[in-house]
Amino acid sequence: MATYPRRGRRHPLAAIALLLIGLFASGGAYALFTGTATAADTVPPAAQVENGKALFAANCASCHGLSAEGTAAGPSLVGVGALAVEFQVGTGRMPMAGSGPQAEKKPVQFAQDEIDAMAAWVATLAPGPGLPDNRFLSGGNESNGAELFRVNCAMCHNVAGAGGALTEGKFAPNLHDIDPVHIYAAMVTGPQNMPVFSDMNITPEEKRDIIAYLKWMDENGSVGGLDLGALGPVSEGLFVWIFALGGLVAITIWLTAKSN
Amino acid sequence: MAESGKKVALKGSSAVERSGRIDNPGFEPAHQRVHDVNPDKAASAERGISLLFLLSGLLSVTAFVLYFLFPIVPGDLWTVRISTLLVGVAIAASLLTLGVGVVHWAKTLMHGHELVEERHETRGDEPTRARAVEIFQEANAESGWTRRRLLRNSLITALVAFPVPAIALFRDLAPAADPVEALKHTIWRAGTRLARDPSGTPIKASEITIGSAVHVIPENLDTYEETFLNEKAKAAVLLMRLDPADLNISEERKDWSYDGIVAYSKICTHVGCPVALYEQQTHHLLCPCHQSQFDVSNECAVIFGPAARPLPQLPISVDAEGYLVAQSDFLEPVGPSFWERNQ
Amino acid sequence: MTVATKSKPARQSSGTGMRFVGGVANYLDERTSISTAVKALGRKIFPDHWSFMLGEIALYSFVIILLSGTFLTLFYDPSMTEVHYDGSYVPLKGIHMSAAYSSTLNITFDIRGGLLMRQVHHWAALLFVAAIGLHMLRVFFTGAFRKPREINWVVGFLLFIMAMAEGFTGYSLPDDLLSGNGLRIIDGMIKAVPGAGLWISYLLFGGEFPGDDVIPRLYMLHIMLLPAIVIALIAVHLVLLIVNKHTQFAGPGRTEENVVGSPILAVFAAKAGGFFFLVFGVTMLIASLVTINPIWSYGPYDPSPVSAGTQPDWYIGFADGMLRLIPSGWEFEVLGGTLSLNLIVPIVVLMVFLGLVAFYPFFEAWVTGDKREHHIAERPRNAPTRTAIGAAGVAFYAVLWAAASSDLIATHFRTTIEGVILTLQILLIVGPFIAFWLTKKMALALQRKDREVVLHGYESSRIVRLPGGEYREIHTPLDDFEKWRLVSFDEFEPIVLRPNDRGRITLSARAKASVSKFYFEDRIAPVTKPELESASQH
Repeated sequence: MATYPRRGRRHPLAAIALLLIGLFASGGAYALFTGTATAADTVPPAAQVENGKALFAANCASCHGLSAEGTAAGPSLVGVGALAVEFQVGTGRMPMAGSGPQAEKKPVQFAQDEIDAMAAWVATLAPGPGLPDNRFLSGGNESNGAELFRVNCAMCHNVAGAGGALTEGKFAPNLHDIDPVHIYAAMVTGPQNMPVFSDMNITPEEKRDIIAYLKWMDENGSVGGLDLGALGPVSEGLFVWIFALGGLVAITIWLTAKSN
Repeated sequence: MAESGKKVALKGSSAVERSGRIDNPGFEPAHQRVHDVNPDKAASAERGISLLFLLSGLLSVTAFVLYFLFPIVPGDLWTVRISTLLVGVAIAASLLTLGVGVVHWAKTLMHGHELVEERHETRGDEPTRARAVEIFQEANAESGWTRRRLLRNSLITALVAFPVPAIALFRDLAPAADPVEALKHTIWRAGTRLARDPSGTPIKASEITIGSAVHVIPENLDTYEETFLNEKAKAAVLLMRLDPADLNISEERKDWSYDGIVAYSKICTHVGCPVALYEQQTHHLLCPCHQSQFDVSNECAVIFGPAARPLPQLPISVDAEGYLVAQSDFLEPVGPSFWERNQ
Repeated sequence: MTVATKSKPARQSSGTGMRFVGGVANYLDERTSISTAVKALGRKIFPDHWSFMLGEIALYSFVIILLSGTFLTLFYDPSMTEVHYDGSYVPLKGIHMSAAYSSTLNITFDIRGGLLMRQVHHWAALLFVAAIGLHMLRVFFTGAFRKPREINWVVGFLLFIMAMAEGFTGYSLPDDLLSGNGLRIIDGMIKAVPGAGLWISYLLFGGEFPGDDVIPRLYMLHIMLLPAIVIALIAVHLVLLIVNKHTQFAGPGRTEENVVGSPILAVFAAKAGGFFFLVFGVTMLIASLVTINPIWSYGPYDPSPVSAGTQPDWYIGFADGMLRLIPSGWEFEVLGGTLSLNLIVPIVVLMVFLGLVAFYPFFEAWVTGDKREHHIAERPRNAPTRTAIGAAGVAFYAVLWAAASSDLIATHFRTTIEGVILTLQILLIVGPFIAFWLTKKMALALQRKDREVVLHGYESSRIVRLPGGEYREIHTPLDDFEKWRLVSFDEFEPIVLRPNDRGRITLSARAKASVSKFYFEDRIAPVTKPELESASQH
């Protein structure tokens, strides 16, 4: 299983602060959706967009093209929306470190205002999903979230969110201690090989429930003790052979050794 | 090895016995333990061991007390963790101290010298064996087992027939209905709407964006109260929307999809796990149980893993209100193969 | 020589304790003749070696399983009736599930000590099968299955199979998502059996999968039928152990005609009894510190979802791995039926593998034609071909086992599932041969080294200069006891093919001769007295 350098848990207010920045960035008014996703219609401050365009040209254009039209090395970003930028850059997946089966989570390369600037610029190219309303990021129903998670997510990410293998070296990452906005963004934008779970398929309220379940797991830990990576019977089997039986064999050696 | 002794093979065997083998030197001098020679050490071991026993008793009582000191508060998982941990560790410690104490006693203070017991051949000695044969002969003579062949053979016939009713008694483990028919059909019918799992809300074609994967059940699944899981186990479907340009559709299936939206049985044709790991860029479906892979762009043909058949496709279309509906049931049995599936 | 062949008279004690015991013993003896049993068994000798304790680990974990399992039956409800969960575990509140799953959640979260007992039960179950496996390996590699113990090997083998069956039925009882998908896999395998499979599945599940009957039926098997069989087999296993007496390793004074060790009363009983508490203690410690089978995160069984990393418990892993290693497309239409070779081949291969394990003692007895009783456990190096065959079997099993976690291997070692599977497919064929060859080479090399050491002593790493200017390393000779450990092993040679009484060489004689050659062509003979004498003259 992949182990990632974990970002420190954000302050509870961080998500709100992030959103305020996002709101500010998009001119403070993006559609307050009722079942449909966000799309920043209003024009963000020109200075921020310009800054984003410059950052993009310097850091992303070599693969995605100067106007994000896509090249052989990277897909077009026209219409992916601000949320995709927040996910890809905000989790450190972009810029990609090198060629591999998939872009992996790593330390974030940009400050939040830089990410916001690039997101603002990408959002001007064509309409696309924007940052979600704060009310969809916390306070959901864990048990509904858990059921939705089992049906829609567990086959790749494992019921305990421990992650799992995909084809040809790709993998579905571990979902512990992920910023709610990134969980939300992953569902809406379907990064890389993850399917898209649009708001018409899984509603924003349902996404909130899924986030609530993941956060519940983060907060409650493993009730039975060490979770051995939550990998199921394989790690349990290895544990029993190495530690239980290994320990008992050590005891048998002591037991049958002659006392001095 | 010119110096080796003379060899004799045992009759009918690969085993070889050789003269000139080195002789068994007999027992080693007995090992003296420090506790055997030093009474002070023995006394201190005795004190240590009894301390372990007392500690073990104390720990058992501690576990008893901890059980009450740390009750479970419903809804608070932390209390479950604490109760499990404290009671468990206290019991474990009491068991381990007890075990260590007993073993230590055996190793240090009990009689330490090895004893010898003679072995005898496992078979009975000759008189015993002779007597056993004699008993069988007497019993045979007294009962007439070999002499009265008719009696014996008819008894054997009766005993062979004896379990036959038991075989029949197990028939009603399963209902009378024919399993082959049951497995060939699901509850999908022409016009059944495709609905989301688990909510059961029907799905409009317009709601499915390219790259989506939706887990689907028949809209009327809820009406099957008694056999809900049985029906779901056959009818579960995965709905995906691809760019129509990415789909290679054969002539006979060209009406089975709607604008790049395709529906396939979610039940693996290998052993029936739900195949649900959809990669939206490669269009591969992966089964997490045995890693069979299916190519959605090529009618779910098997591209890797132990599965042998493509996933069955559910023909779909759109009804007047824009909802996705099935055109019919699956045209072949879903799930793992069985001998009668094509009959 | 202080080894006593007869037990010393017990110390006389006239204390109240002794008189009380005497009274009770007298009462019992007059009604049960228990003194006969004490006389026969009380001073039976058990040899001391750590590897002789492995079966005890299995026995004690079974006792732990019985104790914890009895606790669990008091709260578990083996029913597939649908209920709404209303217990303490928040993420499942209000969810539809079977009464079986709901009661398992209640044991976990609402019964004090319930989670502990569940974890004790499951860890002890994993330990039970693992200890049986290790015990079998010990018996195999020391040749302790040879006459007169072939039947007890088969009894032990049956216990291994029963333990797996117990494990699998127990794994299924919580009716959670993981075990439900496990049952579905079993259902798929059963259905592949031509002709009968569909009906077996139909009868087992009481209709279509999953139905409402399978959990109560598995529960009956798990807590009644299978444990009864296990207990009966354990009884037979132990009776035969007493009849045959335990094997011992070669050592000074030890012969085929004696057994050297501690008497049951009191040293062996104390060690074995103490060891029970140690096994229990270790299991309890692990159960209180480490989660096993967190059924709450799997959720109730539902045929639609599945979790990444769906695997069986370790002892079923080899079968799951076999399924994963079959290449695509092994299914054919034959005589109007569907022949699923992708499932039939694994089933047959596993049955053949288990069959070879079960019948190996009889095969080796046929090869060697050796009718003698063997009570000295062989050192694995002294039976190179058997040891190599065992290593090949272990390699085969290990590859299958690894295959059951192909997805986790891929994610952990940052490689592809496809690459892992392909590698394991190749290893499954090649691995056993490599293991055989390497092991045999190693065993023969170790035997050669033993010879060297017996003849010339240990290399002391002290170099001395002889008067003639020659340098030589001083070798420390072995004492007679050490020598005996290295030279006292049985010798075998290939059978010489000879015509039988009617002047013919039968096919079976030829087969036996060639297998015999395969076994014993490469061999190292034990050092003999003449060799030792000539070596010491140098």
